[in-house]
Amino acid sequence: MLLSIENVDKAYPGGRPVLSGVSLQLDRGETLALTGDSGSGKSTLLNLAATLDQFDAGEITLDQVPYSGLDDAGRAALRRSQVALVFQAFNLIPSLTVAQNLGFHARLAGRLDEAWQSELAERLGLSELLTRMPEQLSGGQQQRVAIGRAMALKPPLLLADEPTGNLDEIASAAVMDLMLDLVRDAGSALLLVTHSPAIAARADRQVHLSQGQIA
Amino acid sequence: MTSAILQTIWSHWRRHPLQLATLLSGIALATALWSAVQAINTEARANYARAVQHLAAGSFDRIVDPSGPMTLTQYQKLRRAGWQVAAVREGRLAVAGGRVDLLGVDLLSYPTLPAIAEASDVQGIAPVDALTAPGRLFARPDLADRLRTTSGLPPVIESTQVPVGTVLTDIGTAGAILGSPEQISHVIILTEQPKGLPPLAEVAPDLTRIAAQGDGDIASLTDSFHLNLTAFGLLSFAVGLFIVHGTVGLAFEQRRPMIRTLRALGVPMAQLRHLLVVELMALALLGGAAGLILGLYIAAALLPDVAATLRGLYGAPVDGTLTIRPMWVASGLGMALVGTGLASAQAFWRLARLPLLSTPGQQAWSGQTQDSAGKLAMVGLGLVGLGIFAVMLGDGLIAGFALLAGLLMGAALCLPYLLSHLLNLGARTARSALSDWIWADMKAQLPGLSLALMALLLAMAANIGVGTMVSSFRLTFTGWLDQRLTSELYVTARDDAQGTAIETWLAQYTDRVLPIQSLEMEHAGTPIFVYGVVDDQTYRDHWPLLTPRQGVWDRIMQGQAILINEQMARRNDLWPGDRVTLAPDLTYEVAGVYSDYGNPTAQAIVSVDELPRFNLPVPNRRFGIRLKPEQVSQVARDLRATFDLLPGAVIDQGNLKARSMEMFDKTFVVTGALNILTLGVAGFAIFTSLLTLWTQRLPQLAPVWAMGITRRQLAGLELMRSVILAALTTLLALPLGLMLGWVLLTVINVEAFGWRLPMFVFPLEWVKLGALALATALVAGLLPARRLLQVPPSDLLKVFAHER
Repeated sequence: MLLSIENVDKAYPGGRPVLSGVSLQLDRGETLALTGDSGSGKSTLLNLAATLDQFDAGEITLDQVPYSGLDDAGRAALRRSQVALVFQAFNLIPSLTVAQNLGFHARLAGRLDEAWQSELAERLGLSELLTRMPEQLSGGQQQRVAIGRAMALKPPLLLADEPTGNLDEIASAAVMDLMLDLVRDAGSALLLVTHSPAIAARADRQVHLSQGQIA
Repeated sequence: MTSAILQTIWSHWRRHPLQLATLLSGIALATALWSAVQAINTEARANYARAVQHLAAGSFDRIVDPSGPMTLTQYQKLRRAGWQVAAVREGRLAVAGGRVDLLGVDLLSYPTLPAIAEASDVQGIAPVDALTAPGRLFARPDLADRLRTTSGLPPVIESTQVPVGTVLTDIGTAGAILGSPEQISHVIILTEQPKGLPPLAEVAPDLTRIAAQGDGDIASLTDSFHLNLTAFGLLSFAVGLFIVHGTVGLAFEQRRPMIRTLRALGVPMAQLRHLLVVELMALALLGGAAGLILGLYIAAALLPDVAATLRGLYGAPVDGTLTIRPMWVASGLGMALVGTGLASAQAFWRLARLPLLSTPGQQAWSGQTQDSAGKLAMVGLGLVGLGIFAVMLGDGLIAGFALLAGLLMGAALCLPYLLSHLLNLGARTARSALSDWIWADMKAQLPGLSLALMALLLAMAANIGVGTMVSSFRLTFTGWLDQRLTSELYVTARDDAQGTAIETWLAQYTDRVLPIQSLEMEHAGTPIFVYGVVDDQTYRDHWPLLTPRQGVWDRIMQGQAILINEQMARRNDLWPGDRVTLAPDLTYEVAGVYSDYGNPTAQAIVSVDELPRFNLPVPNRRFGIRLKPEQVSQVARDLRATFDLLPGAVIDQGNLKARSMEMFDKTFVVTGALNILTLGVAGFAIFTSLLTLWTQRLPQLAPVWAMGITRRQLAGLELMRSVILAALTTLLALPLGLMLGWVLLTVINVEAFGWRLPMFVFPLEWVKLGALALATALVAGLLPARRLLQVPPSDLLKVFAHER
């Protein structure tokens, strides 16, 4: 078991519950699609798994490490070395080149594998774009850089929040193919938040969230 | 509809009160320093104008004798030829607490003076009293009290219609007080002249006619000082506008969605523009009014020192009290409106070109920024070139200030390009992902921070430049004082008889009594003081000659040559070897030029034996006394006990130097204060820029946070970024400041005061200033860093959720 989410509750500051008693497990190398309507709590659950946000009750562990025992620095260290993220809006670092963005997370974690990074650039079709800045890329290219940045770390856990939400159908399919291939090759587990039934169907397992609870 | 739109537009400020406060502060700060300087300048000029009005001078042409004072014969010749002229006698009068100007006019022919009219109408004093012995002196109440304590003077009549520091009287009374009653300084040409008047060249070819000078000599003499203050005010104004520019730009950027929606709902763009202009102008008036109040306080605090400086340096009649004038208020508010308009022009231009369906575009970070920085640098270099061109083409104060303006504005425009390259160099040293990001991020922030950094560059350069000038001046002045004030004790007698008695009495203590004898005359239409010196080793060893030559003093003592001060040399282009005529039949060779800091008038030194040849009364009241150090206090005590001297008539060297240094330091209080205020405004500009950029920072910081950098680390890095950019700017400000200092010392000073100073550098001062700049940047970065430290993760998560 890589990721374990046990009876997690989360409410907004006003008290409105977002997640209630959510439990979920994810094995190493497994891909899981989290689906649900808008406001069902998918992204919140992903943020909790990423240690970007904190839950009110329950427990989450990653590789046996309980999140509740981590302080801010501990959570940051975990994100730095164990978890990688891909967002709908790409969220590349605008001031760095494509090459710098690709290697950024892995270098932060002190785990840069240059051969792997070159292979990623090649497989993601970014080899010719390495010196460009993010604003000079199309949406599809930016998302490929974001995936490359995440996978350069070879993270045990990859969290992707609507990674193709900003892309058209053809670009979405191509990006998903690449991401799933890379996840498989790196041996990472993937927790994928998506609206798209077609994309969700490509994961090993699907979990549906409704009004903050597993349906 | 209009009120609904206004309400919508205004709602932005309700949601961003800090931004509103920043905008108002920017306008207020820009207006405050500018208005303060204008208040000081206006007050001083009003004093000059009042002086001219009180003396009815400035509006009449004058006739002078270029070789010296006019004689009664010359005056009579003019009158006999039909010229309607009025004689004037000017001189200096020693009274308790210092020397004052004495102005004697021919009351019978001179246009009616306000003081005389007031005395006659209000105080019931018959004009004839002023004409008949012993005459009357007219002076302002404070000076009248000092005159009354001085013995041997005619009765004093108080009048507010006399300029500050001036005593007005009839020419006969002036002659009796100053000596040589037949002497006339110049005559004024009255408005009504008979027809068929013979030309001056025919009547008196040795005399010269000088055109009326409007506000008078003082106004033109002090122009450089006021121009200097205005330049500082303008610099502060520009720095303040940087804040306005940044805030308005951000506010408009943030209101783009609102404006888009309003337009989509059918509000015409033209109406939106008009309402936004009205809103900004209302804010400009509000900020401007606050700035005026602040400016008034600053001006009131600085004016007494400025007045002291103007009196000390130029003898300008400024009394140090401030009056609020409607024109000053109007011009201050006008500057606030114009400045806000200028600072907002770019934002308005972008708004006018905003397509209805536009979305906020992603900010360009790299090539485009570098390109625009390069173009800006080219414009900057052009401005520097124009400044250099101006000084090569013309000379004078305006050319000097054009060079300064070109240098400062040009360098400011080059700053983003230079910083960008320095950051590139820094990036090469990066060894980790985080340091890669830090350097790249700083470069990415440059466009948003460059205006604030330009403000810092200008403020720092002004500090270094003016600091170098003042400190160089101070060092030179201190050394110069040591050379000039060599006598251990100085004494001033009440009159010549007492002077002679003192000289005799001193023989028991020393044989080295150095008379300080001088006479005042005119040369080339301006006053000149001619000093006579005895042959003493003191002068040979210490006199601050700028052009030392062998045998100078021998030739002076033989009556063959004279020394002149630097002011006279530069104004008249007279240098060693040139010949100068001080009076008819009295032509001397210039043997040397000496430095004479702090003295606005021309000065010459001759052998004391030459003075009688000028046929003018030579007072013998002041002496420098060479004594052994252990004798000084005893002789001073005995002098005071033996003679009935005026207070302060005996002063030792140390006290005199201390007084001179006090006067010197007072002179630069105003520039020092403006320096610090400008630096403060620049610090505030950095603070507001960082604060206004804050909302744009989260999308850049959130991904880094998501990848495992804590908010504490990010906050620390934000502080470091602010400090590094300030440090790099300070580094670039150093050469610019030194250039500024050099221009001030070698161009502006020579034009403004008539002396050139050597340049000294003060690295310790740079270190202190650099530390101050870094501290300013640190303080400016504290609040944004604190906000980052406390930002809730939910705000950072919004970046990823696309909910912002």
